[in-house]
Parts: sequence; C-alpha cells; structure tokens
Amino acid sequence: MARALITIPPNPKRNSVIEIRALIQHPMETGLRPDVDGKVQAQNIIRRFECRFTVGDKSALVFSAEFFPAISANPYIAFPLRATQNGSLSFQWTGDKGFTQTETAALVVV
Amino acid sequence: MKFVVAVVAFGTISINANAAEKRKSGYDIMSPSTQALQNDDSQNPAMLWVEDGKALWNRATGDTKKSCVNCHGDAAKSMRGVAARYPAFDQATKRPINLQQRINICQKNHQRSTPFASESAEMLGIESYVAMQSRGLPIAPPRDAKLKTSRERGGKLFQQRIGQLDLSCADCHDNNAGKKLAGATIPEAHPTAYPLYRLEWQGVGSLQRRLRNCISGVRAEPYAYGAQEFIELELYLASRAAGMLVETPGVRP
Repeated sequence: MARALITIPPNPKRNSVIEIRALIQHPMETGLRPDVDGKVQAQNIIRRFECRFTVGDKSALVFSAEFFPAISANPYIAFPLRATQNGSLSFQWTGDKGFTQTETAALVVV
Repeated sequence: MKFVVAVVAFGTISINANAAEKRKSGYDIMSPSTQALQNDDSQNPAMLWVEDGKALWNRATGDTKKSCVNCHGDAAKSMRGVAARYPAFDQATKRPINLQQRINICQKNHQRSTPFASESAEMLGIESYVAMQSRGLPIAPPRDAKLKTSRERGGKLFQQRIGQLDLSCADCHDNNAGKKLAGATIPEAHPTAYPLYRLEWQGVGSLQRRLRNCISGVRAEPYAYGAQEFIELELYLASRAAGMLVETPGVRP
C-alpha cells in the first residue's frame, strides 16, 4: 500500500473555508519513457481522486479530479472546503494496474 | 504571531537564523515555489519517505526480533543531533562511516537482519527519519583526530580534476558557484538537506546519488555506492559546511 499524507486544519470554525491537502506516494509512470533496456514502460498512473464527506449514513462527493500522465510522481492535491458540520472525510485514489487506496480523516468543527 | 509560530515549528527559516552566515545552502538559491515545498511538511513529498522510515524504526525484525525503538527509544530524543555528526569514525572497523553504514551496522549486529541496499526505499526512509531529528541543528563534524587523514583525502578529491571534461568539484562549486550551468544555478555544494527530494528524480535520493550524478556529469566513472572515496568526500563536505543548519528532509529542483 502506498503511503499517503492527509492534512486537515485542526478544529476549524463552523462554516469557515479550510484547505484540505492530500499527498500520496505513486510513480505516475507516463507510459512514454524507456527503461534501462530501451523498452517503453507501461503506463502506470493514478486516474482519479475523490473526496467524500460522510455524516451518519449520508455521503456526498465534495471534490474530485482526473489525473493525466503529465502529473508528477507523488501527486499533491489541495482544495478548499467549507466546514459546515462534524463528519468524516474519505479520500480515494484509483488508477492503473488496479491501484486503489482509501484514507479517512475526521472533520471536527468548533 | 500565529504565522511566526507555524514557521518556527517547521524549522525551515533555519538558513536565515545566522545573519553573519555568508555560505549559501541550496535552499537559498532555489525558487520560492520550491522553497514552499520544503517549508511545509504537509506539502513536502519527502515526508512520505520519512513516514516510511518511522514505520521501519518501530518494526521488529531480524533474528533478534528487535526494532530500533527497543534500544534507542524515542527517535526525537535519541537521534537528535546524530545526523549532524556523521560521517564519524567507527572503532570496530577502524574507518570512517556515514549514517547509512551506521544504520546497516546496527541492523547486522543488533537486529541480525539483512541490511538495506543503497538507495532502496527502506534505506532512504530510515535515513530520512533519523536525519530529520537533527533538523535545525548546526552540522557538527566530530573533532576526532582519526578522521583527519580521510578528511584531507576528501579535500584532495574535491580539488582533483576528473573525467573527459577535466573538471574538479571545486571548479564549479568553489570557483563558479552562483553562476549558471545551463539553466540551473550552481550551488555551493553544502550537504545540508540529505537525503532530499529532488524534483528531477521525482523521488528521494542520498548525497552519494547526487555525487554520482556530478561525477558522471563530467564524464568520469562514478565510484560505487559506499566507496571509501565517497565517505572521504562526505567528510570534507561536512567540515566545509560545519555550522550550517540541517534541513533534512530537503527539496531541491
């Protein structure tokens, strides 16, 4: 499993806009580069990133992004979010070779 | 006030801490956007390696089923300042060793596990984690008389012209530092932030990887990882950068 770092400002004020940051370890191989033997390496990138906000049994997509080969290795995503209520944020990256990873973090507003 | 506290906590205004410092770290000459990556641990991709290293620090392994934490305890305390002292003289093998070699010796003698290969994700992870504990401390090469000859040999290697381009380290990094080599500014070659995340590498690499880059850049044959010549060069570079502050885990272009 790849390593990921999620950063959420601690205890944001209710209804304030906060920045959520998500960094993940991934080679983001473009599919265009030759390896040491001159053979072109197969593309291996993350295709999609999604962040969902869940309260109880209700869940909503709050941010998503499509990734392409020009995005660097170990991609970093930051996006603003209005912190309306307590809940849980789940982050999912999916990509080539069946890559999928989910991380969750709690959002606690004051 | 909050802003000041945050910056100090990340410890990366370090470079400007000493106003009289004339030497420049690679950090000082890189673009503000690259500096921003290093300034903030939540953006710094090298932190992914540090997290790997932290997991390894706590992982019991080898025949003795011991982890680093069993002997050394909390790395934040026990490893504070350690990386700033390396390379150091190893009494058992009677030669200078760098931090990676120290880690491997520990693995062999105390964990009885297979040492990590040079430049493996594991080695770079654990080295980053250990070295980060010295962040903000001045580089403090040991005043060990046994290191003197090796350090001097390193100094000679630094001055030695090599390769088809017939250039020494000093030709660029002493005599032409601050000028341009193609699009890049030539740094003064102070190893303040290793292991570091290089954008060109799209990953973390060691000081020896950087040295090998330079050596093949002047069309000479690089020494193997862990070669005695590299340890001597590291010794010399550490003495040249003595007093500058450790930035690990750094980011460079």
